[in-house]
Amino acid sequence: MNALRFLLLVAAQVLVFNKLNFFGFINPMVYILFLYWYPIKENRSAFISISFLLGLIIDIFSDTMALHAASSVTIAYLRPAIMRFVFGVNFEFQSFKLSNTTRIQQITFLALLIITHHLLFFTLEIFSFSNLLLILKKVVFTGAATLVVCLLFRTLFSVRKE
Amino acid sequence: MQQIINFIVRYKTTLLYLFFMILAISFTVQSRSYHRSRVFNSANYITGSIYEKSSNISSYFNLSSENQKLLEENQRLRRALANHPDIDTILQDTSQLKYTITTAQIIKNSYALPNNYLTLNKGSKAGLKQDMGVISPEGVLGIVEHTTANFATVQSILNAKSTINAKIKNTSYFGSLTWDGKNYNVVQLEDIPRLVNLTIGDTIVTGAMSSIFPEDIPIGTIQKFDLNQSKSFYSIDVALFNDMTNLRNVYVILNTDGPEIRELEAKIDDEQ
Repeated sequence: MNALRFLLLVAAQVLVFNKLNFFGFINPMVYILFLYWYPIKENRSAFISISFLLGLIIDIFSDTMALHAASSVTIAYLRPAIMRFVFGVNFEFQSFKLSNTTRIQQITFLALLIITHHLLFFTLEIFSFSNLLLILKKVVFTGAATLVVCLLFRTLFSVRKE
Repeated sequence: MQQIINFIVRYKTTLLYLFFMILAISFTVQSRSYHRSRVFNSANYITGSIYEKSSNISSYFNLSSENQKLLEENQRLRRALANHPDIDTILQDTSQLKYTITTAQIIKNSYALPNNYLTLNKGSKAGLKQDMGVISPEGVLGIVEHTTANFATVQSILNAKSTINAKIKNTSYFGSLTWDGKNYNVVQLEDIPRLVNLTIGDTIVTGAMSSIFPEDIPIGTIQKFDLNQSKSFYSIDVALFNDMTNLRNVYVILNTDGPEIRELEAKIDDEQ
Protein backbone atom coordinates (compact mmCIF):
# COMPACT_ATOMS: atom_id res chain seq x y z
CA MET A 1 0.00 0.00 0.00
CA ASN A 2 2.75 2.42 1.01
CA ALA A 3 4.92 1.34 -1.90
CA LEU A 4 2.09 1.91 -4.36
CA ARG A 5 1.35 5.30 -2.84
CA PHE A 6 5.05 6.18 -3.08
CA LEU A 7 5.19 5.38 -6.79
CA LEU A 8 1.91 7.09 -7.64
CA LEU A 9 2.84 10.26 -5.77
CA VAL A 10 6.26 10.43 -7.46
CA ALA A 11 4.60 9.95 -10.85
CA ALA A 12 1.96 12.59 -10.12
CA GLN A 13 4.62 15.01 -8.90
CA VAL A 14 7.09 14.73 -11.77
CA LEU A 15 4.71 14.13 -14.67
CA VAL A 16 1.88 16.46 -13.73
CA PHE A 17 2.52 18.90 -10.90
CA ASN A 18 6.10 19.86 -11.83
CA LYS A 19 4.79 21.04 -15.20
CA LEU A 20 1.89 23.03 -13.86
CA ASN A 21 3.74 26.36 -13.47
CA PHE A 22 0.61 28.13 -12.38
CA PHE A 23 1.16 31.93 -12.70
CA GLY A 24 4.62 31.05 -13.96
CA PHE A 25 6.05 29.78 -10.70
CA ILE A 26 3.56 27.77 -8.61
CA ASN A 27 4.19 24.04 -8.67
CA PRO A 28 2.29 22.29 -5.84
CA MET A 29 4.31 19.59 -4.10
CA VAL A 30 1.77 16.82 -3.65
CA TYR A 31 4.27 14.20 -2.55
CA ILE A 32 4.10 15.69 0.97
CA LEU A 33 0.88 13.65 1.29
CA PHE A 34 3.07 10.57 1.56
CA LEU A 35 4.44 11.89 4.84
CA TYR A 36 0.95 12.85 5.95
CA TRP A 37 -0.51 9.41 5.27
CA TYR A 38 2.45 7.31 6.43
CA PRO A 39 1.44 5.07 9.39
CA ILE A 40 2.29 6.56 12.77
CA LYS A 41 3.29 3.35 14.52
CA GLU A 42 6.00 2.38 12.05
CA ASN A 43 9.72 2.47 12.80
CA ARG A 44 10.94 6.07 12.77
CA SER A 45 14.35 5.33 11.23
CA ALA A 46 12.67 3.58 8.32
CA PHE A 47 10.31 6.51 7.89
CA ILE A 48 13.17 9.03 7.79
CA SER A 49 15.10 6.92 5.28
CA ILE A 50 12.08 6.46 3.02
CA SER A 51 11.34 10.19 3.11
CA PHE A 52 14.91 10.96 2.12
CA LEU A 53 14.63 8.52 -0.76
CA LEU A 54 11.32 10.02 -1.86
CA GLY A 55 12.80 13.52 -1.90
CA LEU A 56 15.93 12.39 -3.69
CA ILE A 57 13.98 10.64 -6.47
CA ILE A 58 11.97 13.80 -7.06
CA ASP A 59 15.22 15.79 -7.04
CA ILE A 60 16.75 13.59 -9.71
CA PHE A 61 13.69 14.04 -11.89
CA SER A 62 13.48 17.79 -11.47
CA ASP A 63 17.25 18.61 -11.44
CA THR A 64 16.98 20.38 -8.08
CA MET A 65 20.19 18.95 -6.55
CA ALA A 66 19.00 17.62 -3.15
CA LEU A 67 16.52 20.29 -2.11
CA HIS A 68 13.45 18.05 -1.97
CA ALA A 69 15.45 15.42 -0.10
CA ALA A 70 16.61 17.89 2.55
CA SER A 71 13.15 19.34 3.14
CA SER A 72 11.25 16.06 3.16
CA VAL A 73 13.72 14.38 5.52
CA THR A 74 13.32 17.37 7.84
CA ILE A 75 9.54 17.15 8.03
CA ALA A 76 9.83 13.38 8.48
CA TYR A 77 12.06 14.02 11.48
CA LEU A 78 9.83 16.77 12.87
CA ARG A 79 6.55 14.93 12.29
CA PRO A 80 6.17 13.53 15.84
CA ALA A 81 6.75 17.01 17.29
CA ILE A 82 4.18 18.53 14.93
CA MET A 83 1.69 15.78 15.81
CA ARG A 84 2.20 16.33 19.52
CA PHE A 85 1.53 20.02 18.95
CA VAL A 86 -1.64 19.42 16.93
CA PHE A 87 -3.21 16.35 18.54
CA GLY A 88 -1.88 16.67 22.10
CA VAL A 89 -0.25 13.74 23.88
CA ASN A 90 -2.93 11.22 22.94
CA PHE A 91 -1.41 10.49 19.53
CA GLU A 92 1.07 8.25 21.32
CA PHE A 93 -1.66 5.81 22.42
CA GLN A 94 -2.17 2.57 20.54
CA SER A 95 -5.77 3.40 19.67
CA PHE A 96 -4.95 6.71 17.94
CA LYS A 97 -6.07 7.01 14.35
CA LEU A 98 -5.75 9.99 12.05
CA SER A 99 -9.33 9.46 10.83
CA ASN A 100 -10.68 9.78 14.38
CA THR A 101 -9.46 13.35 14.81
CA THR A 102 -11.40 16.43 13.82
CA ARG A 103 -11.09 17.87 10.36
CA ILE A 104 -9.57 21.09 11.71
CA GLN A 105 -6.81 19.10 13.40
CA GLN A 106 -6.05 17.16 10.23
CA ILE A 107 -5.87 20.32 8.13
CA THR A 108 -3.63 22.04 10.70
CA PHE A 109 -1.34 19.03 10.72
CA LEU A 110 -1.10 19.01 6.93
CA ALA A 111 -0.61 22.78 6.78
CA LEU A 112 2.21 22.68 9.32
CA LEU A 113 3.98 19.95 7.36
CA ILE A 114 3.64 22.00 4.18
CA ILE A 115 4.82 25.28 5.73
CA THR A 116 7.89 23.70 7.33
CA HIS A 117 8.73 21.91 4.11
CA HIS A 118 8.30 24.94 1.86
CA LEU A 119 10.20 27.31 4.17
CA LEU A 120 13.23 25.04 4.13
CA PHE A 121 12.89 24.22 0.44
CA PHE A 122 12.77 27.80 -0.83
CA THR A 123 15.40 29.05 1.62
CA LEU A 124 17.83 26.41 0.42
CA GLU A 125 16.80 26.97 -3.18
CA ILE A 126 17.45 30.69 -3.21
CA PHE A 127 20.28 30.42 -0.69
CA SER A 128 20.53 34.08 0.22
CA PHE A 129 18.58 35.96 2.82
CA SER A 130 18.76 39.17 0.80
CA ASN A 131 15.83 37.76 -1.13
CA LEU A 132 13.71 37.20 1.96
CA LEU A 133 10.68 38.72 0.30
CA LEU A 134 10.99 36.42 -2.70
CA ILE A 135 11.31 33.41 -0.37
CA LEU A 136 8.20 34.44 1.57
CA LYS A 137 6.23 35.05 -1.60
CA LYS A 138 7.10 31.62 -2.93
CA VAL A 139 6.35 29.95 0.42
CA VAL A 140 2.95 31.61 0.73
CA PHE A 141 1.71 31.07 -2.82
CA THR A 142 3.16 27.62 -3.43
CA GLY A 143 2.16 26.59 0.10
CA ALA A 144 -1.45 27.63 -0.46
CA ALA A 145 -1.56 25.78 -3.79
CA THR A 146 0.00 22.67 -2.25
CA LEU A 147 -2.51 22.76 0.61
CA VAL A 148 -5.49 23.04 -1.73
CA VAL A 149 -4.32 20.24 -4.01
CA CYS A 150 -3.42 18.01 -1.04
CA LEU A 151 -6.85 18.56 0.53
CA LEU A 152 -8.50 17.63 -2.75
CA PHE A 153 -6.39 14.48 -3.00
CA ARG A 154 -7.12 13.64 0.62
CA THR A 155 -10.87 13.90 0.04
CA LEU A 156 -10.62 11.98 -3.21
CA PHE A 157 -8.73 9.02 -1.75
CA SER A 158 -10.09 8.99 1.79
CA VAL A 159 -11.26 5.71 3.28
CA ARG A 160 -14.94 6.11 3.96
CA LYS A 161 -15.91 6.00 7.61
CA GLU A 162 -18.36 3.19 8.29
CA MET B 1 32.45 2.59 25.28
CA GLN B 2 29.18 1.54 26.85
CA GLN B 3 28.19 5.17 27.10
CA ILE B 4 28.96 5.88 23.48
CA ILE B 5 26.81 2.93 22.39
CA ASN B 6 24.03 4.08 24.69
CA PHE B 7 24.26 7.55 23.25
CA ILE B 8 24.05 6.25 19.69
CA VAL B 9 21.09 4.00 20.49
CA ARG B 10 19.28 6.75 22.30
CA TYR B 11 19.70 9.39 19.62
CA LYS B 12 19.68 7.13 16.60
CA THR B 13 16.84 8.91 14.81
CA THR B 14 18.42 12.32 15.38
CA LEU B 15 21.79 11.05 14.18
CA LEU B 16 20.16 9.44 11.15
CA TYR B 17 18.39 12.69 10.38
CA LEU B 18 21.58 14.72 10.73
CA PHE B 19 23.39 12.25 8.49
CA PHE B 20 20.78 12.58 5.72
CA MET B 21 20.60 16.34 6.12
CA ILE B 22 24.36 16.79 5.82
CA LEU B 23 24.35 14.48 2.82
CA ALA B 24 21.58 16.48 1.13
CA ILE B 25 23.17 19.84 1.85
CA SER B 26 26.56 18.72 0.61
CA PHE B 27 25.01 17.54 -2.67
CA THR B 28 23.32 20.90 -2.97
CA VAL B 29 26.34 23.05 -2.14
CA GLN B 30 28.89 21.19 -4.23
CA SER B 31 26.76 21.51 -7.35
CA ARG B 32 26.60 25.29 -7.06
CA SER B 33 30.00 25.74 -8.62
CA TYR B 34 29.87 25.62 -12.38
CA HIS B 35 32.06 22.85 -13.66
CA ARG B 36 31.40 20.35 -10.91
CA SER B 37 28.83 18.22 -12.62
CA ARG B 38 25.93 17.40 -10.44
CA VAL B 39 25.92 13.89 -9.02
CA PHE B 40 22.22 13.52 -9.63
CA ASN B 41 20.62 14.82 -12.78
CA SER B 42 17.78 13.87 -15.03
CA ALA B 43 20.02 12.70 -17.88
CA ASN B 44 20.12 9.14 -16.60
CA TYR B 45 18.54 6.10 -18.19
CA ILE B 46 15.46 5.82 -15.97
CA THR B 47 14.32 9.44 -15.70
CA GLY B 48 15.33 10.06 -19.32
CA SER B 49 13.14 7.30 -20.70
CA ILE B 50 10.20 8.25 -18.50
CA TYR B 51 10.42 11.87 -19.63
CA GLU B 52 10.81 10.79 -23.25
CA LYS B 53 7.63 8.69 -23.10
CA SER B 54 5.67 11.44 -21.42
CA SER B 55 6.95 14.05 -23.86
CA ASN B 56 6.11 11.86 -26.86
CA ILE B 57 2.51 12.03 -25.75
CA SER B 58 2.33 15.68 -24.77
CA SER B 59 4.17 16.90 -27.89
CA TYR B 60 1.10 16.16 -30.01
CA PHE B 61 -0.72 19.03 -28.40
CA ASN B 62 1.80 21.58 -29.66
CA LEU B 63 2.44 20.15 -33.10
CA SER B 64 0.83 22.94 -35.09
CA SER B 65 2.51 25.81 -33.23
CA GLU B 66 5.83 23.96 -33.38
CA ASN B 67 5.41 23.49 -37.15
CA GLN B 68 4.61 27.15 -37.50
CA LYS B 69 7.84 28.10 -35.71
CA LEU B 70 9.92 25.85 -37.91
CA LEU B 71 8.22 27.14 -41.05
CA GLU B 72 8.98 30.71 -40.07
CA GLU B 73 12.58 29.81 -39.49
CA ASN B 74 12.78 28.05 -42.85
CA GLN B 75 11.31 31.12 -44.47
CA ARG B 76 13.99 33.29 -42.87
CA LEU B 77 16.76 30.96 -43.97
CA ARG B 78 15.32 30.60 -47.50
CA ARG B 79 15.22 34.36 -47.83
CA ALA B 80 18.83 34.68 -46.70
CA LEU B 81 19.85 31.95 -49.12
CA ALA B 82 17.92 33.35 -52.07
CA ASN B 83 19.55 36.74 -51.60
CA HIS B 84 23.03 35.25 -51.59
CA PRO B 85 23.14 33.22 -54.79
CA ASP B 86 26.94 33.30 -54.75
CA ILE B 87 27.21 30.65 -52.04
CA ASP B 88 29.19 27.93 -53.72
CA THR B 89 29.32 24.23 -53.01
CA ILE B 90 33.01 24.64 -52.17
CA LEU B 91 32.01 26.64 -49.11
CA GLN B 92 29.88 23.74 -47.96
CA ASP B 93 32.81 21.38 -47.52
CA THR B 94 32.02 19.83 -44.14
CA SER B 95 35.64 19.40 -43.11
CA GLN B 96 36.15 23.16 -43.17
CA LEU B 97 33.13 24.13 -41.13
CA LYS B 98 33.76 25.88 -37.87
CA TYR B 99 30.41 24.93 -36.39
CA THR B 100 28.52 21.66 -36.63
CA ILE B 101 24.86 21.52 -35.75
CA THR B 102 22.77 18.63 -34.41
CA THR B 103 19.03 18.65 -33.85
CA ALA B 104 17.44 17.47 -30.62
CA GLN B 105 14.17 17.69 -28.77
CA ILE B 106 13.49 18.92 -25.29
CA ILE B 107 11.85 16.26 -23.16
CA LYS B 108 11.83 18.16 -19.89
CA ASN B 109 11.71 21.90 -19.35
CA SER B 110 11.51 24.00 -16.20
CA TYR B 111 11.51 27.73 -15.69
CA ALA B 112 10.09 28.29 -12.20
CA LEU B 113 13.26 27.51 -10.24
CA PRO B 114 16.31 29.75 -9.71
CA ASN B 115 18.46 27.09 -11.40
CA ASN B 116 16.65 25.66 -14.38
CA TYR B 117 17.76 22.74 -16.48
CA LEU B 118 16.40 21.27 -19.69
CA THR B 119 16.72 17.63 -20.67
CA LEU B 120 17.33 16.63 -24.30
CA ASN B 121 16.54 13.34 -25.98
CA LYS B 122 20.04 12.95 -27.42
CA GLY B 123 23.33 12.25 -25.70
CA SER B 124 26.93 11.30 -26.31
CA LYS B 125 25.86 8.69 -28.91
CA ALA B 126 24.68 11.57 -31.11
CA GLY B 127 27.90 13.47 -30.48
CA LEU B 128 26.73 15.77 -27.71
CA LYS B 129 29.39 16.88 -25.26
CA GLN B 130 29.71 19.25 -22.35
CA ASP B 131 29.94 22.97 -23.28
CA MET B 132 28.06 22.76 -26.56
CA GLY B 133 25.61 25.60 -27.19
CA VAL B 134 21.87 24.99 -27.47
CA ILE B 135 19.61 27.33 -29.46
CA SER B 136 16.01 27.25 -30.59
CA PRO B 137 14.67 28.65 -33.88
CA GLU B 138 14.16 31.96 -32.05
CA GLY B 139 17.26 32.38 -29.97
CA VAL B 140 19.74 31.19 -27.39
CA LEU B 141 18.63 28.56 -24.86
CA GLY B 142 21.62 27.36 -22.87
CA ILE B 143 24.73 25.21 -22.65
CA VAL B 144 25.03 21.43 -22.43
CA GLU B 145 26.17 20.53 -18.94
CA HIS B 146 26.03 16.78 -18.64
CA THR B 147 25.56 13.92 -21.09
CA THR B 148 24.88 10.21 -20.87
CA ALA B 149 24.61 7.78 -23.79
CA ASN B 150 21.10 8.83 -24.81
CA PHE B 151 20.28 12.00 -22.91
CA ALA B 152 21.77 15.36 -22.00
CA THR B 153 20.98 18.08 -19.47
CA VAL B 154 21.26 21.69 -20.53
CA GLN B 155 21.95 24.58 -18.20
CA SER B 156 19.22 26.96 -19.25
CA ILE B 157 19.79 30.65 -19.85
CA LEU B 158 17.37 30.91 -16.90
CA ASN B 159 19.93 29.65 -14.41
CA ALA B 160 21.66 31.69 -11.75
CA LYS B 161 24.94 29.99 -12.69
CA SER B 162 24.68 30.82 -16.37
CA THR B 163 26.85 33.53 -17.91
CA ILE B 164 26.81 33.98 -21.67
CA ASN B 165 28.82 36.50 -23.67
CA ALA B 166 26.43 38.90 -25.38
CA LYS B 167 26.64 42.19 -27.25
CA ILE B 168 24.49 44.89 -28.74
CA LYS B 169 23.77 44.13 -32.36
CA ASN B 170 25.96 45.86 -34.96
CA THR B 171 28.39 47.14 -32.32
CA SER B 172 31.20 45.41 -30.55
CA TYR B 173 30.27 46.39 -27.01
CA PHE B 174 29.87 43.17 -25.10
CA GLY B 175 28.81 42.16 -21.62
CA SER B 176 27.74 39.04 -19.82
CA LEU B 177 24.23 37.76 -19.69
CA THR B 178 22.95 36.55 -16.31
CA TRP B 179 19.58 35.87 -14.72
CA ASP B 180 18.27 37.22 -11.42
CA GLY B 181 15.67 34.45 -11.01
CA LYS B 182 12.64 36.70 -11.01
CA ASN B 183 10.92 36.70 -14.38
CA TYR B 184 11.28 33.92 -16.94
CA ASN B 185 10.91 36.36 -19.83
CA VAL B 186 13.64 38.74 -18.75
CA VAL B 187 17.40 38.22 -18.36
CA GLN B 188 20.06 40.75 -17.34
CA LEU B 189 22.98 42.05 -19.37
CA GLU B 190 25.82 43.48 -17.27
CA ASP B 191 29.07 45.33 -17.97
CA ILE B 192 28.04 47.42 -20.98
CA PRO B 193 30.06 50.64 -20.53
CA ARG B 194 28.33 53.94 -19.90
CA LEU B 195 29.48 55.62 -23.09
CA VAL B 196 27.33 53.40 -25.29
CA ASN B 197 24.12 54.94 -26.59
CA LEU B 198 21.28 52.61 -25.78
CA THR B 199 17.67 52.71 -26.90
CA ILE B 200 14.81 50.62 -25.63
CA GLY B 201 14.14 47.95 -28.23
CA ASP B 202 17.76 47.47 -29.32
CA THR B 203 18.54 43.88 -30.22
CA ILE B 204 20.96 41.85 -28.12
CA VAL B 205 22.84 39.00 -29.80
CA THR B 206 25.58 36.58 -28.76
CA GLY B 207 29.06 38.07 -28.76
CA ALA B 208 32.23 37.11 -30.55
CA MET B 209 34.04 36.35 -27.30
CA SER B 210 32.07 33.16 -26.76
CA SER B 211 33.82 29.89 -27.45
CA ILE B 212 30.43 28.20 -27.42
CA PHE B 213 28.00 30.13 -29.61
CA PRO B 214 28.57 31.57 -33.08
CA GLU B 215 28.39 35.34 -33.19
CA ASP B 216 25.07 37.14 -33.82
CA ILE B 217 22.61 34.51 -32.58
CA PRO B 218 19.60 36.54 -31.42
CA ILE B 219 18.81 36.70 -27.69
CA GLY B 220 16.28 39.46 -27.07
CA THR B 221 15.57 43.16 -27.02
CA ILE B 222 16.36 45.83 -24.43
CA GLN B 223 13.39 46.34 -22.16
CA LYS B 224 14.86 48.67 -19.56
CA PHE B 225 18.29 50.01 -18.66
CA ASP B 226 19.86 51.73 -15.67
CA LEU B 227 23.32 52.70 -14.60
CA ASN B 228 24.58 50.35 -11.91
CA GLN B 229 25.82 51.40 -8.46
CA SER B 230 29.30 52.39 -9.60
CA LYS B 231 27.68 54.57 -12.33
CA SER B 232 30.12 53.39 -14.94
CA PHE B 233 28.27 50.41 -16.40
CA TYR B 234 24.72 49.76 -17.43
CA SER B 235 22.59 46.97 -16.08
CA ILE B 236 20.13 46.12 -18.79
CA ASP B 237 16.94 44.07 -18.70
CA VAL B 238 16.60 42.01 -21.87
CA ALA B 239 13.23 40.62 -22.97
CA LEU B 240 13.88 37.22 -24.54
CA PHE B 241 12.79 36.32 -28.07
CA ASN B 242 12.27 32.74 -26.89
CA ASP B 243 9.10 31.78 -25.15
CA MET B 244 10.84 29.70 -22.49
CA THR B 245 7.56 28.06 -21.49
CA ASN B 246 6.92 26.47 -24.84
CA LEU B 247 9.95 24.80 -26.36
CA ARG B 248 10.37 21.60 -28.30
CA ASN B 249 12.84 21.51 -31.20
CA VAL B 250 16.36 22.78 -30.58
CA TYR B 251 19.74 22.83 -32.29
CA VAL B 252 22.93 21.85 -30.54
CA ILE B 253 26.00 23.70 -31.82
CA LEU B 254 29.55 22.45 -31.62
CA ASN B 255 32.30 24.98 -32.12
CA THR B 256 35.13 22.82 -33.42
CA ASP B 257 37.67 25.34 -32.14
CA GLY B 258 35.96 25.53 -28.74
CA PRO B 259 38.06 23.00 -26.84
CA GLU B 260 41.30 24.60 -28.08
CA ILE B 261 40.16 28.08 -27.04
CA ARG B 262 39.10 26.89 -23.62
CA GLU B 263 42.36 25.03 -23.14
CA LEU B 264 44.27 28.25 -23.83
CA GLU B 265 42.05 30.21 -21.48
CA ALA B 266 42.48 27.61 -18.75
CA LYS B 267 46.26 27.98 -19.12
CA ILE B 268 45.99 31.71 -18.44
CA ASP B 269 43.85 31.04 -15.38
CA ASP B 270 46.43 28.58 -14.09
CA GLU B 271 49.27 31.04 -14.51
CA GLN B 272 47.54 33.78 -12.60
